[in-house]
Amino acid sequence: MIRCKGVEKSFSDKKVLSGIDLEINDGQIFGLLGPSGAGKTTLIKIITGQLAYDGGSAVIMGKEARDLTRQDGRNIGIMMDNFGVYDRFSCIDNLKVFADIYGTPYEKIAESLELVGLKDAAKKSASDLSKGMRARLQLARVFMHSPEILFLDEPTSGLDPRSSKAIHRIIRDRKKEGCTIFLTTHNMEEAHELCDTVALLNEGRIVDIGAPDELCRKYDRKKTISVHLKTGEDMELSYSEENGAKIGELISSGNVETIHSSEPNLETVFLELTGKKLEEE
Amino acid sequence: MKNILTIIKKQIKDTVKNKPVLIQFLMFPVMTLVFENAIDVDMPELFFTKMFSSMYVGMAPLVAAASIISEEKEKNTLRVLMMAGVRPFEYLIGVSAYIWILCMAGSAVMATSLPSRDIPFFMAMMGAGCIISIFIGACIGIFAKNQMVTSSLMVPVMLILSFSPMLAMFNDKIEKAARFVFTQQIKVAVDGMSFESAGRFGVGVLFANAALALVLFFAAFRKKGLE
Repeated sequence: MIRCKGVEKSFSDKKVLSGIDLEINDGQIFGLLGPSGAGKTTLIKIITGQLAYDGGSAVIMGKEARDLTRQDGRNIGIMMDNFGVYDRFSCIDNLKVFADIYGTPYEKIAESLELVGLKDAAKKSASDLSKGMRARLQLARVFMHSPEILFLDEPTSGLDPRSSKAIHRIIRDRKKEGCTIFLTTHNMEEAHELCDTVALLNEGRIVDIGAPDELCRKYDRKKTISVHLKTGEDMELSYSEENGAKIGELISSGNVETIHSSEPNLETVFLELTGKKLEEE
Repeated sequence: MKNILTIIKKQIKDTVKNKPVLIQFLMFPVMTLVFENAIDVDMPELFFTKMFSSMYVGMAPLVAAASIISEEKEKNTLRVLMMAGVRPFEYLIGVSAYIWILCMAGSAVMATSLPSRDIPFFMAMMGAGCIISIFIGACIGIFAKNQMVTSSLMVPVMLILSFSPMLAMFNDKIEKAARFVFTQQIKVAVDGMSFESAGRFGVGVLFANAALALVLFFAAFRKKGLE
């Protein structure tokens, strides 16, 4: 559904994207992880045909991104971090504008608002919505015309955990319905929880790509098991036959409080590969 | 066409809620009605209608166009419209048509004091003036980065366009400069209610101003687009 091969982009003298290669299959949630300024939004703009690219190929729905027509655009839903809503309009009126543009029947407005949990706020002015509700209104706008591909640029950025969870649920529901989702985030938990594949983007280059669990296993350098005993003692055991038997004994004697393998999370993987943290402190 | 109508519909819905722009549309028509009916002193005939009409042309369409475009740019709703498939020209035609229609409605209110034979000429002059003013306002809205810059650019232009016809009545030097401004020529034409009163020079100034506004509009659009 989406395929990039050697995509390059520069602004003036600054190279923003260098040789981006990626492939996203139908019905997949693909996560692009990287710190601010890594080039995530630029890549979305290129794939969705909003921005010209200097080299390589970006194919979406079988077409080069630069050749997308208005009709193709209707199969794509985009929610960018900085996209606005009409503050003086109610939620319904905000969606009516886009229903008119897409030729979507007005009945879909109520459905979309219900889907994102804004049914009760339907007549509320957008200026009175919280940040989380505004994000959900943007999602409703994106979902309303049932696009095949969704691009969500940091959809939970700055939201409280409850709003984030609500948005995660909506994203998963769309995936179940067969939607392909391209998600950018610098929240590694979000990526791990939602994505089938993640690409780690740093300074315009993809430093690694794969399933989140796969990547974590790949960079498990320590290969140890940490055991916390009920006595308060901590043990770190390497992978060996002898330690396996020891762990078995500890479990059967009922002395184990917690047990963890040592594979890193995506944040640690990213740190190891780039020397940078995903989220700014 | 569907997208243009959607933009017009959106703007009409926004009219009542967007108070600063609404005031621009209503202020001079209401003032004309009040002044023409309430002030009973020795004044030239239809003095307020004629004076306020040129001020209306120089102020309402310009402020409305610049404010609407710059607000949509700053709040990134314009980008959402573009992403939804609305083309820049559709958006600009939609907004301009909406402003023009409302200004013509305002002009119709101002024309209620005029003898019926003068109304077509008055409306034609107002219609032409509003188009020039919309182009200048759109040019500012496109060129300015945000609403604050829009205000800084818009206010002096608006003051020159709307107040020069009035000031020209009291000062010859100002009149000499103001005669090159289209609002002054509209004032002159509306005073005599014929093209003859504006003369060839006046009609020429109208066309020259329209051409200049158009060139500036396309230059701003080419340089900045609607981003």
